[in-house]
Amino acid sequence: MTALPLLAIRDLTVEFATRRGTVQAVRQVDVSIAKGETVGIVGESGSGKSVTSYAVMRILDRAGRIAGGEVGFSGIDLRAATERQMRDLRGREISMIFQNPRAALNPIRKVGHQIEDVLRQHAEAGSGDAKAKAIAALEQVKIARPEERYHAYPFELSGGMCQRVVIALALACRPQLLIADEPTTGLDVTTQKAVMDLVTGLTRERGMATVLITHDLGLAATYCDRIVVMEQGRVVETAPAATIFRAPAHAYTRRLMQATPRPGATLRDLLPEGAPAAAPERARGAGAPLLAVSGLVKDYPKAKSLLSRKAAAPFRAVDSLSFTVARGESVGLVGESGCGKSTTSTMVMRLLDPTEGSIVFSGEEIGRVPAARFARHPLRPKIQMVFQDPTESLNPRWTAARAIADPLLRFRTVQGGEAIRARCEELARLVGLPVDLLDRFPHQLSGGQKARVGIARAIAPSPDLVILDEPTAALDVSVQAVVLNLLADLKQALGMSYLFVSHDLQVVRLLCDRVIVMRAGGIVEEGPTAEVLEAPKAEYTRALLAAIPRPPV
Amino acid sequence: MSAAGSPALPAERPRAGVSATLAHARAVIAGNPVTGFAFALLLGLVACATVGPSLVPYDPLASDTAVALQAPTLAHPFGTDQLGRDILSRVVVAARLDLAIAVFSVALVFVAGGLAGIMAGFFGGWTDRIVGRLADTIMAFPLFVLAMGIVAALGNTVGNIVLATAIINFPLYARLARAEAAQRRNAGFVMAARLTGNTDLRIVLTAILPNILPIMMVQMSLTMGYAILNAAGLSFIGLGVRPPTPEWGIMVAEGAGFIVSGEWWIALFPGLALMLAVFCFNLIGDGLRDIVDPQRRT
Amino acid sequence: MLRTLLDRLATTLPALAGVVVVSFLLTRVLPGDTAAYFAGPAATPQAIAQIRTELGLDRPLPEQFARYVADLARGDLGRSLTTGQPVTVDLGARLPASAELTLVGLALALLVAVPLGVAAALRQGSLVDHACRIVATAGVSLPVFFTGLLLVYAFYFVLGWAPAPLGRLDAFASPPPTRTGFFLLDSLMAGDIETFRAALAQIALPGLTLAIFALAPIARITRAAMLAVLAADFVRTARAAGLSRRRVVVTYALRNAMLPVVTTLGMVFSFLLGANVLVEKVFAWPGVGSYAVEALIASDFAPVQGFVLAMALLYTVLNLAIDLAYGLIDPRVREAA
Repeated sequence: MTALPLLAIRDLTVEFATRRGTVQAVRQVDVSIAKGETVGIVGESGSGKSVTSYAVMRILDRAGRIAGGEVGFSGIDLRAATERQMRDLRGREISMIFQNPRAALNPIRKVGHQIEDVLRQHAEAGSGDAKAKAIAALEQVKIARPEERYHAYPFELSGGMCQRVVIALALACRPQLLIADEPTTGLDVTTQKAVMDLVTGLTRERGMATVLITHDLGLAATYCDRIVVMEQGRVVETAPAATIFRAPAHAYTRRLMQATPRPGATLRDLLPEGAPAAAPERARGAGAPLLAVSGLVKDYPKAKSLLSRKAAAPFRAVDSLSFTVARGESVGLVGESGCGKSTTSTMVMRLLDPTEGSIVFSGEEIGRVPAARFARHPLRPKIQMVFQDPTESLNPRWTAARAIADPLLRFRTVQGGEAIRARCEELARLVGLPVDLLDRFPHQLSGGQKARVGIARAIAPSPDLVILDEPTAALDVSVQAVVLNLLADLKQALGMSYLFVSHDLQVVRLLCDRVIVMRAGGIVEEGPTAEVLEAPKAEYTRALLAAIPRPPV
Repeated sequence: MSAAGSPALPAERPRAGVSATLAHARAVIAGNPVTGFAFALLLGLVACATVGPSLVPYDPLASDTAVALQAPTLAHPFGTDQLGRDILSRVVVAARLDLAIAVFSVALVFVAGGLAGIMAGFFGGWTDRIVGRLADTIMAFPLFVLAMGIVAALGNTVGNIVLATAIINFPLYARLARAEAAQRRNAGFVMAARLTGNTDLRIVLTAILPNILPIMMVQMSLTMGYAILNAAGLSFIGLGVRPPTPEWGIMVAEGAGFIVSGEWWIALFPGLALMLAVFCFNLIGDGLRDIVDPQRRT
Repeated sequence: MLRTLLDRLATTLPALAGVVVVSFLLTRVLPGDTAAYFAGPAATPQAIAQIRTELGLDRPLPEQFARYVADLARGDLGRSLTTGQPVTVDLGARLPASAELTLVGLALALLVAVPLGVAAALRQGSLVDHACRIVATAGVSLPVFFTGLLLVYAFYFVLGWAPAPLGRLDAFASPPPTRTGFFLLDSLMAGDIETFRAALAQIALPGLTLAIFALAPIARITRAAMLAVLAADFVRTARAAGLSRRRVVVTYALRNAMLPVVTTLGMVFSFLLGANVLVEKVFAWPGVGSYAVEALIASDFAPVQGFVLAMALLYTVLNLAIDLAYGLIDPRVREAA
């Protein structure tokens, strides 16, 4: 590259003033982006990837400041620019889109007006043509019926649609650089693909440069020309996307790359080299299934208006669902948000009463036992769960040991203080939690440690079935790899069955023998994991699979 | 920390948390001297209320027309009222009654409103509807006006002032406790507690209540000030406490007529005492909020 | 919009029912003999018995309630022993004075508190911010009757700027012809500047007293709401799009921050209507509050209960208005209805 880069970040250091003194969130970072180039900045939480972009835009919050280095944008020194100059650059030359699109839009202003605000600010439109230009901007992000949507408020639009509006707003003034900060986190995989295809399509077409900030190495490698890997505020590696999976240079990149679930990789492949091999597969129990669900229905009544007395038809979240889980089997329940997978698992867990249908567990009908009374049911210890958010699933007032001991105390499986403590320590060792952390409170533990406490608590009463509700969705990818392996090992060691609820087919593939694909409360397709993933029969499954980012391996 | 040979249940070792909270409280007070000042003020108020009556120089009820309506002097630092009673003595002695009214009414509403709110938020359904309707009905009145109506109807006694103050604060407590409980009802750790066979009562006691308590304590401190104001306001218009009982609201009311003729001290000192007491509880409430606020806690 | 209005009206019905039930209960739980209370302290046993029959106190409770509701529907709140007038008439005559005072207090408070709260949030940690926090904490700590007395002492006794705290007009001025019942408006409409100034001088101190009282909660919530909104994602989007500071602060932040402020107005009205009673007593303001206080002292209970009920009804209407105003700002509420 001989031409002057569009954006040149040299030696950038950003500091935050906190109660514990100054913290350097970004340290001596060098990144340069050429005209028309798409660069991915990849890192786990706390790597400083977002802070770098805020520093470029000079929209750091009050506590943050640029402590050193240079930021140049086509010859302009952004550190020295006045706030007025920056304001003219923002939105017109450099634009930004954000995570959580619904929150990124003013909730009480029509989306059309929000786009107009930007156009007028940068004198791209006057009062006469602003509306037409705003509608044109909506049209360009492929929003159907843009004239109608112009008058919509954000709460009337879906998450994916809101992200399109945010993109329209960012691109309205045809900037030269777009910074996309986790633009698809929290969106369904099909929506993610649509949004990413749109962004890359529009920016390529206009010859714009793009910075994609993401935690997802696979996503970045799929859509970017070049990847910058950050760890703890530093850039550890910069490499072309085409080669980063094949030949990661830095040890951290290697770990990150390895931990990313990808086609062809097994669960063990996610761990660093030298991890012990998996235990041999246990013989799966034949005969009657452990869990048999049939004709399961859940209706939610709709709220009635005070004036109109006629009851609206109830919303059917789960629609006559039937499936089985054999002893020692892991079954994946996969679908996008709102497909009814969580409602189903909550009913199986007996925390929610089904409207219709039966749940037979260990040969006993438990679907008819009211959820309120199931706490005292003899089968209660046998169905346990690992929750999505490890932080939220631990009582903030209890130590790790107290949390793990709770099922032991309630089910009286172990009696006496010493015996309980001994069992807690045994469980902690089983899940790889250092015993000296047992007396800590949740806020003194890391995300991965909290996840281990949650798993130890779930397996404490020796359950037959453990429901895993997106157990790694809130974790960084390297922690996810470890936790997934732990779950697989525990299953082998203890002979449990898993019902794994997830939106992520890649992760399900690693852990499950069989997979059930759900949509709109019903089953679209089910079968052995390899079969469903390699030769999907349903159109919807194919769409889901096609939407998974495919980095060049 | 080795647990070998330690027979204690895990539940009995929350010391790390308590000492961490204390350390955090110390840090907050050090970082915010105003809160430290407020705690000092509180100590003074409590001293007035407990040992004050035996320390004051004059009998708060003894009138002496010879020294009536005297401006502050060395003998009477706060002056005397129209009956020649020593205002300093009366202001100090009144602390006990004013604080007692506030403490009892807040304790009452803390238990009743807190419990009702937790039940409503945790169980939902008809419990929620009844508690919600009750709170809405009380909230449909301007609160001070409702307190007037209640005391007027039930009779002019201190007990009824306590009751009325508790009733008008009920929605505040019930709604706060309800919101906090409802927010935690479907939290992961409550679901986990269900999965481990805990009964509802045990979940409320171990998972809901301890997590709501800190924010309820903040509320208590803030409503203490409001309760004092409310009781004084009722006394000011002649409800509840009757003269010649020393009480800050009545004393201000008695001094009100003399303001226009320039005898400011009769109303000023009890008014200042009232203001300081309320100010003190509000500051402590704000300080406690800083301690409790998880965002400022690291 | 009509649908919304009807829906909102429907939601106030349970609150209204609650108000009626509570005020009925308040009339029946009077300690001792209710009839004796209503008859007054000097009544003979015969008179008490007659009043008992008249009030229907010898009937079963549900029937008494039905009668109570029927009386209410006719606007019959009983008769005041002190004035000899029907309570409804007395309240009607005195309501404009209270309403004028409350609105002046609220307007003053809003004029100061909202800009103060906004400025404090925009310059967090600055002098303005500290001033705002002091005002907010001191304001809620000041007993409203004490503030009133301090103002009277300073502005009437010491400085002599304000007239004597004795009602809406001094003894020499005559009230303007009644149109709205608000002296400030009526005098302006009649073109009577002299009376306007007199009325303004009289209302200044009590209005200020109420304003100081209402200032604190409004400033506090404005600051908090502004801070929350300024930290919101959509403000970051607006900044990243290069919108001018004015547009970011006014169109994006302030309008959203007004939502919690409008909600808090309900609470502020509750405080104001209560504080009004105390302020009216301090300034001998001839409103409904001082009417109720005078009746209380005379153990004349019908006016007190009529006052409580009337205030509750007024407050319900105010809350309805606040709900509708909220709907005007927030499209989400509008659509949900």
